[in-house]
Amino acid sequence: MAHFTKATSVHDWLDQRLAVDTLQRVLSKEYWIPKNINFLWAMGMVLAFTFGILLVSGIFLLMYYQPNVDLAFDSVNYTIMREVDFGWLWRHVHAVAASVVFLIIYIHMLTGIYYGSYKKGREIIWISGMLLFVAFSAEAFSGYMLPWGQMSYWAGMVITNLFSLGSLEFNGLVEWIRGDYVPGQAFLDRFFMLHVLLIPLAILGLIGLHFGALRIPHVNNQDGEEFDFEEEAAKYKAGDKKSSKVIAFANDFLAKDMFVVSIYLIFFFYLVFWHFGFAMDPINFDPADGLKTPPHIYPEWYFLWSYEILRPFPKDPGLIAFGFAQVIFFLLPFLDRSPNAVPASRRGLFFFWFWAMVIDLIVLTAMGKLPPQGIYSTIGLYAAWVFIGLWVALPFITKMEKRV
Amino acid sequence: MKEFKILAVVVFFTLVTYYLVEPFAHSQMHAHVESEGFSYDDLPALEKKGDAAKGQELVMGAGGCIGCHSIEKAGFPAAMTPVDNSAAYGVNPPDLSDAGGIYSPKFLAALIKNPAHALKVEHKFTPESGKMHPMVAFYGAGGDIDQEVADMVAYLQSIAPKPDQITPAQAFETACGRCHAVKYEDWTQIGEMPKFKKKRDELVFLTQLEDYKANLMNYMGKLPPDLSMYIRSRGEHYLSTFIENPQNLLHGTAMPRVGVSAEGAEKVIEYLEDAGDPKRAERDSVGVKVMIFLLVFAAAAYLWKKEIWKDLH
Repeated sequence: MAHFTKATSVHDWLDQRLAVDTLQRVLSKEYWIPKNINFLWAMGMVLAFTFGILLVSGIFLLMYYQPNVDLAFDSVNYTIMREVDFGWLWRHVHAVAASVVFLIIYIHMLTGIYYGSYKKGREIIWISGMLLFVAFSAEAFSGYMLPWGQMSYWAGMVITNLFSLGSLEFNGLVEWIRGDYVPGQAFLDRFFMLHVLLIPLAILGLIGLHFGALRIPHVNNQDGEEFDFEEEAAKYKAGDKKSSKVIAFANDFLAKDMFVVSIYLIFFFYLVFWHFGFAMDPINFDPADGLKTPPHIYPEWYFLWSYEILRPFPKDPGLIAFGFAQVIFFLLPFLDRSPNAVPASRRGLFFFWFWAMVIDLIVLTAMGKLPPQGIYSTIGLYAAWVFIGLWVALPFITKMEKRV
Repeated sequence: MKEFKILAVVVFFTLVTYYLVEPFAHSQMHAHVESEGFSYDDLPALEKKGDAAKGQELVMGAGGCIGCHSIEKAGFPAAMTPVDNSAAYGVNPPDLSDAGGIYSPKFLAALIKNPAHALKVEHKFTPESGKMHPMVAFYGAGGDIDQEVADMVAYLQSIAPKPDQITPAQAFETACGRCHAVKYEDWTQIGEMPKFKKKRDELVFLTQLEDYKANLMNYMGKLPPDLSMYIRSRGEHYLSTFIENPQNLLHGTAMPRVGVSAEGAEKVIEYLEDAGDPKRAERDSVGVKVMIFLLVFAAAAYLWKKEIWKDLH
C-alpha cells in the first residue's frame, strides 16, 4: 500500500490519492502539439464541443419526450415546443447541432485526407475516426426516428428495407430489426434505446480510442514535417518557446482552439435562432402516416452522397455500390500506396484526386436530394461512377507518386 | 493570411453545398406559385354600390340566406346543431355575423350568384356526378340581380367588425375551422374543446365530434387534416397561396377556395403561427441576447489567445 502523509492542502490531499499533478502534466501541460498548424486543427475541439451540446440538450429533451407512437409527435411538437419553458430552444439546439456536427466531421475528415494525416503510424486515428463517423450516422438516424413524423416513418421504412439485401430477400432480417412488419411501437422503442443509450456509449468509447490513438504518433502538422517531439519539448521546457516546434496542449493549443470555438458558436447559434429550417425538414412536421407516402423521400443532407451512390443503379448493383461507399473510406490508409505524408498540394496527381473527390461528393449530395428524373439522374449516375473510379485509381496514382 | 484563404475555401464549398441541397433542390421539387394579392381576378368586379338596408331585407327574406345560415349578431342563432347541419349539408354552414369582415366583397358577390364557381369546386359538382353544391345559387328577387347582390354584401359588411378588428381566431374559425381541427389550440370542427368535469360530458362531446367528422368525411372524400403544425410543415408562403387558390397547388382537391380578403388571410396565417410556432418572438429576443454574449466571449477568447501566443511566435 502506498504511503500517505498528512495533507498540507486540498490539492496535496487529492494529489496523493489521484496523482492530479501527474495527470495534468501528461494530459495537458506536457501533451505536445505541433506549432505549425492552422484553424482546421481546431475541428476536433469544435466536434467535442458540439457533442457536448448534443449531450446536454439531449438530456433536457429526454425529460419530456415520450417514446410512444401515439404520443411521440405531440410530446415533441406540443409539450417541448409549446409547454416547457425554453423547450423550443433545446430542441432547435439539438436539431441544428445534429446537422452541423456532420459539416464539421466532413471538414475534419477532408482535412485529414488533404494533409495525409492517416499515414505513418496514424492509421488507427483514421480508423477510429471512421468508426466515430459510422456511430454518429447511426445516432443521427435513430434520433431522426424519434419525433415520429412523416420523414421519420418513411426514412425508417426505406433504410431498414436495405437490410433485405436486394434479391437475397432477407425479409426476416428486416422484420427482426423492426420488431414488426412495418415501423411501429417496437421499432420506435428500440431506436429510442439505441439513440439515448447504446450508441452514445459506443461514441464515448470511440472518442477515448480516437484520443488515445493520437498520443504515440502525435498530431500531424501543416507541412507534414517529421521532427523529434522529445527534443522540441525539451527546448520548450528550457524556456525557448519561440524556436521550439511544439506547443503545450494547455493553454497554448487550447487558447487557439477556444478562439476558433467562439467563432464557431456565433455561426452555430445564428443557425439555431434564425436559420434552422435546413436541419428540421418541413415534412417531418406532419405526423407519421403509414397510408400516405410523401412525394419525395430523401435523407438528411449528410447522407445524400451515399444515398446517391445507391439510387442510380438497379437494385442489387446499387446495394453493392452503397456497401462499397460505406466501407471504402476505412481503407484509405491502405489504398494510398505513397510513402509521402505531406499536404496534397505537394503530391502531384493526388492533389487532383482530392479536389475531384470533394467536387464529386458535392455533386452526389446535390443529386441525392433532387428528384431522380432526367438530367439529374444522369448526372447522379456519372457522379457515382466517378466516385467508384476515383477509389479504383487511388492505389495506382499514389504508387506512381514521387517520394518528396 | 493563409488561414483566411483556407477559411474562404471551406466557406465556399459549404455555401455551394447548402445552395444545392436547400434553395435549389426545393425549387426543383415544388412548383412555385406567386400570390395575386387575393384580388380574385377571375371573378367579375363589384360595380354596383350596395344599400345595407335593402340588403338586410334580402338576406332575411327573398335571398333565403337564413334558411341555412345563422347570423347571431342579428338575432338569428343556429336552428340546428353542427352535427345535424353536417348531416343535412355535409358541412356546417358558417354563421354570417363576421363574413363581411373576413371575406373579399367581390368573392361574396360571386359566391351568392354561383357558389360552386366562386369556390372552385365545379369539378366536384358536375352534372354527371349527380351532386349539387349544398348552397343554392341566388337567382334574383325580381330586380337587378347585380344590385341585389351588392346590397346583400353591403349588409354583411355593415354588421361585421371592421377587418382590422377581427381576431386571428375569429378569422380562422369562420373561414377554416368548420373543416379543420387545430388540436394544439383546442379547436375542433364543432367548436372549442371545453374543459370537462365529468367523463360522461366529455364522451357526449366526443361522440358528437365523431359524428360530425363522419359526415364531413363523407362530404369531402377524406377528413381534412389537423392544421396544428402546418406553419412548420408547409410554411407561410405555401399556406398563403394555397388559401388563395387551393387548385393551384393541389389540383383537383375537394377543398374550396374560401375567398378570404388579404387581411383575412393574414389573420388566418397568424392563427396558425400561434398554433405551430408560438415562441417565435421569444426566439428572436433570446437570440439577440445569446449573440451579444457570444461576441463578448469571442473577444475574450481572442485576447486570451493573443496573450498566450505572444511567447510562442
